[in-house]
Amino acid sequence: MAHRQRAGPRVDADAGRASRILGGGGAVRSTLIAAVSTVVFFGVLAYLVVSSPGWPEVKEQFFDGEVFRESLRDITPRLWLNIKIFLIAEVFILVFGLALAILRGLPGPVFFPVRFMSVAYTDLFRGIPTILVIYIFGFGVPALGLSGVPTSPFFWGVASLVLVYSAYVSEVYRAGIESVHPSQEAAARSLGLSRAKALRFVVVPQAVRRVIPPLLNDFIGLQKDTALVALIGPVEAFRQSQIEVAANFDYTPYFVTALLFVVLTIPMARFTDWLSARQRRRMA
Amino acid sequence: MRKALLALPLLLVLAVLAAGCGGDDGGSAAGDTTTQEAASCEKDSLDLVTPGRLTIGTDNPAFPPWFEGTKQFDPWDPTTPPTKKGYEQETAYAIARELGFTDDEVTWVVVPFNQSFRPGAKNFDFDINQISYKPARAQAVDFSDSYYDVEQAVVTVEGTSIANAMSIADLKDAKLGAQIGTTSLEAITERIQPTAEPSVYDTNNDAVSALKAKQVDGIVVDFPTALFMAAVQLDNGKVVGRLAAEEGGEYFGVVLEKDSALTECVNQALAAVKDAGTLDELEQKWLTGSAPVLE
Amino acid sequence: MSAVELHGVRKSFGDHEVLRGIDLVVEEHDVVCVIGASGSGKSTLLRCVNLLEPIDAGRIEVGGRDVTAPGVDPNQVRRGIGIVFQAFNLFPHMTVLRNVTLAPREVLGRSRADAEAEAVDLLRRFGLADKRDDYPDRLSGGQQQRVAIVRALAMRPQLMLLDEVTSALDPELVGEVLNVIRELAAGGMTMLIATHEMSFAREIANKVCFLDAGVILEQGPPEAIFSAPREPRTQQFLQRIVEAGRL
Repeated sequence: MAHRQRAGPRVDADAGRASRILGGGGAVRSTLIAAVSTVVFFGVLAYLVVSSPGWPEVKEQFFDGEVFRESLRDITPRLWLNIKIFLIAEVFILVFGLALAILRGLPGPVFFPVRFMSVAYTDLFRGIPTILVIYIFGFGVPALGLSGVPTSPFFWGVASLVLVYSAYVSEVYRAGIESVHPSQEAAARSLGLSRAKALRFVVVPQAVRRVIPPLLNDFIGLQKDTALVALIGPVEAFRQSQIEVAANFDYTPYFVTALLFVVLTIPMARFTDWLSARQRRRMA
Repeated sequence: MRKALLALPLLLVLAVLAAGCGGDDGGSAAGDTTTQEAASCEKDSLDLVTPGRLTIGTDNPAFPPWFEGTKQFDPWDPTTPPTKKGYEQETAYAIARELGFTDDEVTWVVVPFNQSFRPGAKNFDFDINQISYKPARAQAVDFSDSYYDVEQAVVTVEGTSIANAMSIADLKDAKLGAQIGTTSLEAITERIQPTAEPSVYDTNNDAVSALKAKQVDGIVVDFPTALFMAAVQLDNGKVVGRLAAEEGGEYFGVVLEKDSALTECVNQALAAVKDAGTLDELEQKWLTGSAPVLE
Repeated sequence: MSAVELHGVRKSFGDHEVLRGIDLVVEEHDVVCVIGASGSGKSTLLRCVNLLEPIDAGRIEVGGRDVTAPGVDPNQVRRGIGIVFQAFNLFPHMTVLRNVTLAPREVLGRSRADAEAEAVDLLRRFGLADKRDDYPDRLSGGQQQRVAIVRALAMRPQLMLLDEVTSALDPELVGEVLNVIRELAAGGMTMLIATHEMSFAREIANKVCFLDAGVILEQGPPEAIFSAPREPRTQQFLQRIVEAGRL
């Protein structure tokens, strides 16, 4: 891990990258060529699609303008439920997943049961299909009628997603923690920091920064799995589109919902890219 | 700045695509007119999915009182040997016999409820599965005449807020559930119109699970299914009441492929079965029960 | 009372025995340089002193206290010992200032204001005041190593362990780090230094130990070791160094 001196001012990574994507050469000229090329490419593609033989039927079944507008109006408010679910679930997942990862790494024979439980948990909840977990916890647990246990399908839907996704996320955290060079922990311990404080101030912050892309990737997956909560009753965006399709036999509402979910996801994906680029610069 | 410049042509292309997609209400040419000759309903000249056999579709599991398994009150699995028990199963065999088929010449296939009335080619000759006639559905598939006039009903368990409801107004504050894509769900949203959003489930079974989990106060289903749920599936189940049958009424018909040549033949067979009093007998046998009408 | 004493210290990694019975006494204010070939165990020796590595046999005393006895809290021992590594090991996600103030605040319980004031003072003393808000990746190797030394000093240790601290630096940066060490020595800091920099060792050490194959083969004042080594292997080692032009 020897560091060599960096000579002079830092190279501007962003300009270099933009220039690489656009293919080098003068900046404005490159952009112009890229623009023309894009228009031509997608223009030809669009023409080919629209003039293909089955297009009118496909258009009517999937892209009917009238149905599109109506569905958009009816489905968009339902998306709010999906958003609520994943925002709440994600907070708990990030915390619970980290706890599981740390518990799994506790050293020494006295902590063996704790490590064992953590491994068993991740095996269990990565093994059972999410849809099954939702049924078991969504219907099964409330049916026990235990006092003090909530029955709300919203609660159990969120809880099921938290239980399942924490298992995956804890493995991501674990990979991150193990990727932090042991010399970092050695340096922290050498300063007198306890193992807990070394983890807290030195190892985990670095670990988390390293695994932001896979963490956000899991988050994007979670956004879609919120649709599964519909199985236990709540009418969210996907279910609403199902209701509309059942009424019209036109699949356009599915297309609307798909579009809405994609639009929801794109900012997250670009944010992930930006965040990882920033981390790479910081930690190179 | 550079990146914004790149976004413009992309937006332009998307706009072109969108223009090609939207704003068209015409759709395909208005319904193909197929002039149906009064085709012969002779068994040998019928246009069947499998020649020589009558293929009938229903869902899996198929519940009493419409279908019954080997043990009393058990649902029937259409992939297992037919039990010939249940209002719909026996009606189906009655129609089959009228058409000239022996019982052994009948084949059952599994068709999920929601798919039975979708447009497109079918893998069955007719489907019988508590499917209500609706004009929108009739544009996609053929319906036979009624083999049962339907009433929607509300089922619950003792102790819920609606266990003693006497009118539709008493249901306004309830959390109700129904299966997706059913007239029962429409009954909630259009006739009962409770203040709370209805909960929607993939199957009636899921709705029953929700009722047991105290996540809904009651379920709306057709009246005979409500009786079955209350008697067999629920502990302390109770049919709160029926929704009065409306003008013109809701009815169950068997579903056939759109413009099927078989529809007329099935209607003739059904009429013969009715005239023979068979449906009345079956109703006595399977669909007795009473509950007050909720206004 | 001596600063550090090692008696019969042995350490193995798996089958490979690295330290085969080390006996060494470091008095207060001593500057002891440990020289030897790569793999001779210099780093391991230092890491055993601050309890990063548990020893397999023998005894280590720090400040008169047996730190290798069972029941000793290693965190507490490490507060009094500062160690600086060849690879700097600065925390990349923290600014220079935060690197320096982390341990004083979290281990010694100093307030943020106090810790930062002292940190800035130390940084200024070693010419790094303007780097306080920079992240380590913006610093040169020499600057990073000096920050590492400051970070260790911020804990006000009684003893500093320096493990080949200039080996990873470009030659033109070595000097600034050696200056820092000179200053510490002049200020009376007890230091145990593993190093390849022979002329430097000769200059500041008051005792030099030659570590060979896991034992201290020869130790004594620099003039004795460098000019008149007794052991043949010491002579061979130094001969190679001279030929490489590094002495």
